[in-house]
Amino acid sequence: MKTFYKIYNAIIFIFLYAPIVVMIVFSFNGIKSRSVLNGFSLQWYSELFHDSVIMNSLYVSVILAVVSALIATLIGTFAAVGINSMKGFKKQSYLAVNNIPVVSPEIVTAVSMMILFVFIISFFNTLEMGFWTLLIAHVTFCIPYVVLEVLPKIKGMDSNIYNAALDLGCPPAKAFLKVVVPQIKPGIITGAILSFTLSLDDFVISYFNSGSKIQTLSITIYSMTKKPYSPKINALSTLLFTFVMILLLIINIRNFRPRKKAESK
Amino acid sequence: MNDSVKMRKAMTAPYTVWMAVFVVVPIALVVYFSFTNVGGKFTLDNIKAIGEFRGTYLISIELAFVATVICLILAYPIAYSISRMKDERRQQTMIMLIMLPMWMNFLIRTYAWMTLIEDTGLINTFIKWFLHLFGYEFEGFSMINTQGAIILGMVYNFLPYMVLPIYTVLTKIDESVIEAGRDLGASGRKIFTMIILPQSAPGIISGITMVFVPAVSTFIISKLLGGGMTYLIGDIIENYFLGNAGEVNYNVGAALSLVLMILILISMGIMNRFDKETGEEAGGII
Repeated sequence: MKTFYKIYNAIIFIFLYAPIVVMIVFSFNGIKSRSVLNGFSLQWYSELFHDSVIMNSLYVSVILAVVSALIATLIGTFAAVGINSMKGFKKQSYLAVNNIPVVSPEIVTAVSMMILFVFIISFFNTLEMGFWTLLIAHVTFCIPYVVLEVLPKIKGMDSNIYNAALDLGCPPAKAFLKVVVPQIKPGIITGAILSFTLSLDDFVISYFNSGSKIQTLSITIYSMTKKPYSPKINALSTLLFTFVMILLLIINIRNFRPRKKAESK
Repeated sequence: MNDSVKMRKAMTAPYTVWMAVFVVVPIALVVYFSFTNVGGKFTLDNIKAIGEFRGTYLISIELAFVATVICLILAYPIAYSISRMKDERRQQTMIMLIMLPMWMNFLIRTYAWMTLIEDTGLINTFIKWFLHLFGYEFEGFSMINTQGAIILGMVYNFLPYMVLPIYTVLTKIDESVIEAGRDLGASGRKIFTMIILPQSAPGIISGITMVFVPAVSTFIISKLLGGGMTYLIGDIIENYFLGNAGEVNYNVGAALSLVLMILILISMGIMNRFDKETGEEAGGII
């Protein structure tokens, strides 16, 4: 049975990784072919860096991801504190609304926001879709994830310490910053990183809410898939994959460190 | 104490306003657009127009259903074997490796398969070369632009969503219950059907929802791997909103989205009937 599982798991991993490995290998291909390898070259990487459309959209995506992660983390963290102290029906309805963007199909979230923006724009002649619609849309689908990450941390917190700070005459805002925030910090950071990656990775919601003037990286990738094949897309994928690997490594090292400390004590 | 309550209320306020304006209002607008015409008058025409797309809904549900079943069959053994590994660090590494491809851009993941299954793609090239060694000539399979290719894309993209929740519940099964079963003389199969399978139901159910929902509403997989030969409901919605192939009509598009949403709510409702204890289990992206 053990050998069966070993072989089976190996097959699944090959299935999961084969396309990625193929992309990486072909990004170093000397010729412009999707099925034949010939020589090694870095020309697709250099073409990638000289492609102003890709570089601009990368810039847009990164700025968008950073700003929406910041806003979503701020709003979401504050909200989690409030929601945690709510009770009964009120709490249930907040949690239900919070879950709407999480469980809805992306396309439904995307078109519902698009209808709202079109509705707003129809009142103002000068407005059009652009960075602001992207930002609002991204913040909207990130907030619920921040709430879901921070809420359990607040639940698990000892509220007596916060109350003690208040009893000792600490103003609530200061008590929040000095007592609550340090205790829920892991949740806040995970929420922020999650928001950043969700925003960077998003295609569907950006596709419907970007208008014609601005492109995120995902939208550029989409238009590349419709054009004749260029190994640039492989080079881009390889770089993105490497970046994600590094990011995940950092997160995991962060997560493992406190455990090691605890073990050594 | 009063200050503290006031502060908490003030802290929730931005969230309340944001979610009301950008989540609740848009959904209300979808409903409003579904039941009005371009001029804003009440009409049922949009809902009636959906009848035309019955075939599209059916094919979307069918393909998503097949993909979900395949994901379940593929995911269960691997989730089970990982959950039974002795070393916890090793379990975490395996799960991370399963989730890792999910962090690669969705479009790129789907596009990668185009390279593999094209008529002149890597798989066909390899088979041709291999058969040529033995003196056979072969024209290659036509894999891309078929419904099979769409299902493949769905399975590939959403398989980790099935593994993760099943693994999570399997790790929670108390080993001593299994041992007790064994001590009482139950066969391996009986232990599986009477202990392990029933206890992993919540994970299976959230896995099914997590795979079915994105699969039934996709429009990218059908475009890239289906080559526009098979229209799914997502493609139709996209056309009505962005007009890439045909007229823009937000009202019909909204009605189609509303029906899609209701279909998903119904299937989630059915799923929840099977198990009342899901909910917080599915959490955790990685």
